[in-house]
Amino acid sequence: MVDELDVRGLSCPQPLYKVEKEMKKLKKGEFVVLSDCGTSRANILRLAKQKGWDAEETSEDRCDFVITLTKE
Amino acid sequence: MVIDDKDKEIIDNEEESIIDDEEPVEKVPKGKPSSAPRKKVSRKAPPPKANPLVEVKGRLNWFFSSYLGIIFTGAFIGVIATFLQKEGNPGNMGFCIACFERDIAGALGLHNAAPVQYMRPEIIGIILGSLVASMIFGEWRSRGGSAPMIRFVLGFFAMMGALVFLGCPWRAFLRLAGGDWNAILGILGLFSGVLVGAIFIRMGFNMGRSQKQYPHVGLMLPLVMLSFLIMMVYYPTAGDARVIRESAAGPGAAHAALGVSLAAGLMVGFFAQRTRFCTIGGMRDTILIRDYYLLIGVIALVVSAFLTNYFVYDQWNPGWEDQPLAHSEGLWNFSGMLLAGLAFVLAGGCPGRQVILSGEGDSDAATFVIGMIAAGAFAHNFQTVSAPAFLGGVNVWGPNVVGLGLIVCVIIGLTMREKY
Repeated sequence: MVDELDVRGLSCPQPLYKVEKEMKKLKKGEFVVLSDCGTSRANILRLAKQKGWDAEETSEDRCDFVITLTKE
Repeated sequence: MVIDDKDKEIIDNEEESIIDDEEPVEKVPKGKPSSAPRKKVSRKAPPPKANPLVEVKGRLNWFFSSYLGIIFTGAFIGVIATFLQKEGNPGNMGFCIACFERDIAGALGLHNAAPVQYMRPEIIGIILGSLVASMIFGEWRSRGGSAPMIRFVLGFFAMMGALVFLGCPWRAFLRLAGGDWNAILGILGLFSGVLVGAIFIRMGFNMGRSQKQYPHVGLMLPLVMLSFLIMMVYYPTAGDARVIRESAAGPGAAHAALGVSLAAGLMVGFFAQRTRFCTIGGMRDTILIRDYYLLIGVIALVVSAFLTNYFVYDQWNPGWEDQPLAHSEGLWNFSGMLLAGLAFVLAGGCPGRQVILSGEGDSDAATFVIGMIAAGAFAHNFQTVSAPAFLGGVNVWGPNVVGLGLIVCVIIGLTMREKY
């Protein structure tokens, strides 16, 4: 079961903060983040790198980003 | 990731809508259709392009999202700010979003304080630079509707606090880099405000989601600023007076040439849009999630501005007294920035960042900027703005507005929240 976290339309720092909370909650596994702005996309990718999660962008539809985060 | 047929069917069946304003957090388990509509997305990666322009953009993207990019931007702002001071801007005020927006309020005749009226091209440049950068890199997106009136009020009180201290966060750091030790208390106040705001965020503070808007909405503030620039150049007059006012003496008369200021603003807007440079974000991310990316940019700003002040332009003047456009009333330097820091962190970023977001199409940030400009006028009309030390320092009404602003911001921070 993969969770989806929708951070579209939220202003800083909500997207990053929610993703970080989710990482802490899950500890490992996989979840999908839906984002709609370049700022939160860049922030999430950087956070993933810091916290040791693999980030894969599975879609880019102009400003809509779907990022799959996984940690073994 | 692998998508099975069932998932594809769910995605295909969903309505093509982006908006989800019922629940601030929408988290649905995979395999069940979301109760709220969400945008149909294709989960296929875009095909690789061989266009050299795309390759250059990719390399620039890599640079700007790296630590090198944020260090470059912070250092660039520091150097260009000290350069602007040399070119004529007031002391330790190469950039000050708050002071410059107050000057714009004066240039429009919204207040009658003759020494602080000038249509600062730096602000116009930052907005337009951000507009250009976000459009080139495909990030421009008209959005808004996340509690705009609250954002106006936050912008209003942030400005009120900043004008009691005499400077926005950018100027606080530039003052520090120029040797004005009073800035230390301002920065401590700012940090305390961010700390309080971070506690509110941890408690669930959330102003709700913004939504996609018609392009007109996001273009409005950049177009207004562009029209101000045109009016500056073509000098329309009403009777004998120029429509856009300009101080004959005082800080408003101290400015670099229009072209220099505009070019500086455009470049700063461009780079800061790409790197998301934000002073408040630097403190906030450090407190909330131990992410130092933005803070490194702020440190680069202070270091580069100090080095340029000290070694190149001879603008280093350490001390508490006789600092340009500053006063030494520590309590109100601290408290003014405490209010500003709290309001900025609740609104999601420092005033520079709000101006940049306005250029990116964020009309909520534009509302915040309008709130700041309105407060610039109010602060002079209602005498809440501090004067430089030699003219009396903190005004009698300054502490009152700081108290009122803190009450309003604390109520907003405590009550506008979702439950975790």
